[in-house]
Amino acid sequence: MLDGRRARVALSVLSASVGPRPVAFHPFHETQVPGLSKGNIARFENVGLRYGLGPEVLRDVTFSLDSGSFHFLVGESGAGKSSLLKLLYLALKPSRGLISLFGSDIATTPRPQLPALRRQIGVVFQEFRLLEHLSAFDNVALPLRVAGIKEADVNRHVTELLEWVGLKDHMKSRPPTLSGGQQQRVSIARAVIARPKLLLADEPTGNVDDRMALRLMHLFEELNRLGTTIVVATHNMALVDGLGYPILRLDAGKLTTVAGSGNKSAAREWRESRESAQEQARAQARARRERLRGETEEQDADPPGIENFL
Amino acid sequence: MLGVKRSDLPLDKDAHSRFLPWLIAFMVFLAVLAIGGILVLNATASRWDQGIGGTLTVQIAATEDPLKDQNNLQEVLNVIAAQAGVERYLVIEEDRMMSLLEPWLGPDAKAGDLPLPKLIDVGLADEASFDMKGFTRQLQLRVPEATVDDHRVWLQRLVNLIRTVELIAISILVFIALATMGTVVFTTRTGLAVHKEAIEVLHLIGAQDSYIAGQFAGRAMMLGLKGGIIGLILGLPALMAVGYLARSLEDAALPDLAFGPLEWMIFAAIPVGVAFLAMTTARSTVLRSLGRML
Repeated sequence: MLDGRRARVALSVLSASVGPRPVAFHPFHETQVPGLSKGNIARFENVGLRYGLGPEVLRDVTFSLDSGSFHFLVGESGAGKSSLLKLLYLALKPSRGLISLFGSDIATTPRPQLPALRRQIGVVFQEFRLLEHLSAFDNVALPLRVAGIKEADVNRHVTELLEWVGLKDHMKSRPPTLSGGQQQRVSIARAVIARPKLLLADEPTGNVDDRMALRLMHLFEELNRLGTTIVVATHNMALVDGLGYPILRLDAGKLTTVAGSGNKSAAREWRESRESAQEQARAQARARRERLRGETEEQDADPPGIENFL
Repeated sequence: MLGVKRSDLPLDKDAHSRFLPWLIAFMVFLAVLAIGGILVLNATASRWDQGIGGTLTVQIAATEDPLKDQNNLQEVLNVIAAQAGVERYLVIEEDRMMSLLEPWLGPDAKAGDLPLPKLIDVGLADEASFDMKGFTRQLQLRVPEATVDDHRVWLQRLVNLIRTVELIAISILVFIALATMGTVVFTTRTGLAVHKEAIEVLHLIGAQDSYIAGQFAGRAMMLGLKGGIIGLILGLPALMAVGYLARSLEDAALPDLAFGPLEWMIFAAIPVGVAFLAMTTARSTVLRSLGRML
């Protein structure tokens, strides 16, 4: 299941039709692939978060991410998606509640041990957050260098990965000279180079066209198949519906839906139930309108898309 | 040490840290002068201690009667000769007296014009065990005109003065070090603010605090070394110039600015010391600041 060929496919998804076809094998083939250990990658219990003395932006958030699961995190903007992700990638401390990552309670983990946890988390930031003074190569190399990997190995892995994502000719380019899509590939390469157990992506499809967005999702799916737990925050509902993974829905700081255990069939079930609920709501609304208008009125006068507002 | 070799932060392009070597150079310039002063004063104090310590001067005031003067001198010399602990004694010649007085009286003054006292330079075998009180009493009894000039009193005051000046120089050195640390702290804090975004990314990627601090420390060390060398290059000629002017006065009482190998090593160590100070200061500043992040 975790063979190099699969991984190669995963990474070449991004470079397909963009860069040259990969010629070498996957750079991770030598690194230890984390086993699909039983249990939770992350667990939140009654987590609350407030900034300073402001109102709580997250309230009583309770959920857990099974090892190897794939979740979408959705919600209106301002619902707390980014805050939730920040808690997950250890940029913020919760105001209350318990967070455990990889079996370690964050509140009781000594600060010097947090970097070791962070190294198991890959993050694709919303604005990429590439270091502009560093070349694409050096940006992707950062997580390995920070972890003290030998420079020769860093060289080999980063070169291979950048070839995979079709940026072989841009290794020395600095981010400002790259296109949005190229920058995105650099940021994704940086997020996955150290083979994280947990990959978090904040609006990864925000700045790219639909085709690129889909390709990106396929990459995430492949990484997921290789054992990486994935959370993608997005408000691209077409994508969410299209892929059908389970959903974490945030509504004004409260987690209202935790659908499924992270596998696709549960997601489908959840989606179907949601669709039937929506269908039911639409039917009721139609019936209401019809009663109001009376039988002489034209029946199909509704402007298209009005269902969305009901 | 990784950070010194390759930096993830563009610290070498920071405009705000460009002035740091010059500020440090200025501090080192002052430090070189202060240290030069301390070394010279130290050497002078011990030279005076050795040169004048262990001696005393007996002075016989001149009377109207030259014969009595002559007897007095003989009497005093007898007392000195009989005194235990005296190693040597020497009557200062009139010519020598005149040459000592020349700067004040001019070349035309003659010995006969003035009632000059007789001076006898007495060398002691061991200053500590010498019976000063007994010797003085004996002299006063035999020759009322004789007084004993004990150098130890005014020498002690001179040495005290030198030690005080030395202490002031050392505290100047401490202030210079504190000012240098302050400069490095503010430069580092500016750097932290300028590179906040990059530091945050490094932090979230899993960099240890020491990894980030190492980059700042390495940079500060290089700037400190550069400033230290510039300051030394400017400071040593200034010190030499003072030394040259002092030597041209040819006065034995003035400090001697000839440095030995130990002194040169101390000067050579200044840039290294400053580089180390800048490095540790930058490091602790970054660590303190990062400690506030989760």
